[in-house]
Amino acid sequence: MTIEILMPALSPTMEEGTLAKWLVNEGDSISSGDLIAEIETDKATMEVEAVDDGKIGQLLVPAGTEGVKVNTPIALLIDSNELPHTSIKTIADKPYLEKEKITTELKIDKPVTLEPNSSIITVREALRNAMAEEMRSDKKVFVMGEEVAEYQGAYKVTQGLLDEFGNKRVYDTPITEHGFAGIGIGAAFGNLKPIVEFMTFNFAMQAMDQIINSAAKTLYMSGGQMGCPIVFRGPNGAASRVAAQHSQCYASWYSHCPGLKVVSPWSSKDAKGLLKSAIRDPDPVIFLENEVMYGQSFSCPDDDDFLVPIGQANIEKEGSDVTIIAFSIMVGKSLEAADILNEKGIKAEVINLRSLRPLDIETIINSVKKTNRAVTCEEGFPFAGIGAEISAAINENAFDWLDAPVKRVTGKDVPMPYAANLEKLALPQVDDIVNACSEVCYKS
Amino acid sequence: MKKNISSLVKNNSKFNYDLDLLKDMYKKMLLIRRFEEKAGQLYGMGKIGGFCHLYIGQEAVVVGIQSAQIDGDSIVTSYRDHGHMIACDMDPKGVMAELTGREDGYSKGKGGSMHMFSREKGFFGGHGIVAAQVPIGAGLAFAHKYNGNKNVCITYFGDGAANQGQVYESYNIASLWQLPVIFVIENNKYGMGTSVNRSSAGDNLSDRGKAYGIKSEIVDGMDIIAVREAAIKAIEYCRLGKGPYILEMKTYRYRGHSMSDPAKYRTRDEVEQIRKTSDPIENIKVLLNKMGVVDKVLKDIDVEIKSIIADAARFAQDSPEPSPSELYTDITIN
Repeated sequence: MTIEILMPALSPTMEEGTLAKWLVNEGDSISSGDLIAEIETDKATMEVEAVDDGKIGQLLVPAGTEGVKVNTPIALLIDSNELPHTSIKTIADKPYLEKEKITTELKIDKPVTLEPNSSIITVREALRNAMAEEMRSDKKVFVMGEEVAEYQGAYKVTQGLLDEFGNKRVYDTPITEHGFAGIGIGAAFGNLKPIVEFMTFNFAMQAMDQIINSAAKTLYMSGGQMGCPIVFRGPNGAASRVAAQHSQCYASWYSHCPGLKVVSPWSSKDAKGLLKSAIRDPDPVIFLENEVMYGQSFSCPDDDDFLVPIGQANIEKEGSDVTIIAFSIMVGKSLEAADILNEKGIKAEVINLRSLRPLDIETIINSVKKTNRAVTCEEGFPFAGIGAEISAAINENAFDWLDAPVKRVTGKDVPMPYAANLEKLALPQVDDIVNACSEVCYKS
Repeated sequence: MKKNISSLVKNNSKFNYDLDLLKDMYKKMLLIRRFEEKAGQLYGMGKIGGFCHLYIGQEAVVVGIQSAQIDGDSIVTSYRDHGHMIACDMDPKGVMAELTGREDGYSKGKGGSMHMFSREKGFFGGHGIVAAQVPIGAGLAFAHKYNGNKNVCITYFGDGAANQGQVYESYNIASLWQLPVIFVIENNKYGMGTSVNRSSAGDNLSDRGKAYGIKSEIVDGMDIIAVREAAIKAIEYCRLGKGPYILEMKTYRYRGHSMSDPAKYRTRDEVEQIRKTSDPIENIKVLLNKMGVVDKVLKDIDVEIKSIIADAARFAQDSPEPSPSELYTDITIN
């Protein structure tokens, strides 16, 4: 009997990985639990264990192969009394892997245009570079959080920081968000500039009291004496198949509160420029990243002093018929929607908000005055969401310019389901944006 | 509990201590007591609004500890904070003007009784959420250590706060990272209306540090000499970089939890008994007498203090309300 050993998924968002090393040879007998290979993802190197007893019949993917898709057969397991190769000839003859599929692929649909004085880097690298550059130039900046140091970051965003800056600048904390958020805030009151990583913003709810009551409000309550220069950062929004408690967008929660600045990057350029601005900012900044975006590549300026000012949106694509207002991962989906709309004769303008508080109302209003229609996009719940706020702002500032009611594309008003089909239904998709834009243009 | 030093010295005619220091501590305790009495009075007259938590009865704790500090040390506490501010030499005028919600208050009238700060004096609040100041204090200690200075942070909290989870998250990290923080539990026997034995399992709150490897001591918080001696030892330990320290101060508040608390959860007798037998100000008076300070001198101090408080009360009522334009300032720095 022959069993295919498949390329395993080692995290909820992993789509492919590198088969770094085989730890067995063809013909080796193995038992369940034996280590058979090392696999590298963009986050980590992990060892793969055998799940059955038997003998390695054939290694289908050579060591060092990059871009091996999850669920690709990587080896064949045969009964221990069988002979390798000969008995499996018919199966091995099948073209499991074509050569061209084993090459590295950029994880984006379109080729990235390299801008001058820039490099093509992932959002993850851009975030790390931003922290490293600021830590080099300002000794008061330090990083703390769960697994940020020795483990190199749960999502590898802090990779290499411990090596470069040592354990006086990079701190692994216990899993106690309330406590370490408060300690970060105290350190900020003491004139340091902490970067506090939450493994995800879902866990930051444990620290909500410290973030709101201590970080956001103390400047006001002290009559301006007690500034709190701190950055809280980490992945926000839907991950993949992790269900309701680990998949939520907190943009509207934090944006609700005076005293906080809230930013959410989309591209590598946003990530670097905004994070550097956030670290230099004298106020507490909530920095909402997106796990799904970490591995995506964009052109990003190399300059150590490249900043994206907080409070400034960016028009990613100009258009004349409808304004799509989005942030974070929804910017990419909006750009995809704009391409589809273009084929239908609708020219959409796509605004990447980048900052949620302060909100760049001017850019939104100017665009709506030009297009006369607006669609907001977010992963969060619709009720009292960012879209609701933007819609109110448009009503207050550009009511007379509107040719249709503002439409909101949001996550559905339900806790995130686990099942793949339900999860897809719960999250806003490109088609939803296309449909909403068509509706406000009365072309559905 | 640590031996009651003053009860020893009361019976010891040869008691000797730094007289100037003793007088200073007496003055400060009296200043706090008179300040709080005045605040209670102004509250009753409707001049002070909202919540107002008085420190009367607990004066020896903060004054004794403050006497062991050096410049640059930081202090953080809960909402029962007037005593701590006065002990830090913050101006009673500015504190009282904050209570009345006026522009000359330490927070320009925007913080009130529970939220006042003075970076200059090393006072980092004044925090309204029970136990929120505990991780903040550990964070201030982190900053001292990070900057490589020899300063420490004194982090005060009550017996009620001692049951909050973030206290233990802070103990854990403070001990792991050897932070120079002294956790001072002001155990005044009641977390609002619930006595310690009805809310807290185990014998002593200070014992809870053992699980984190934190040294602790129980101190008679009504005895300023005992408080000071314990503080000197704890602060020295922290300054040497040996990590955190817990001092559990057994103390008592004479007034209700806040102004609106009728304190029906304890008998009038209980309060009277403590006032009679262990009032911290009466205790220090005995010591001063023993050192040859006559009642006339103490009376003169009292007169001086009363006039400072009267000035503060007048100032706090004469100071204008904050300008309406203050509504939108200090929300963010830029």
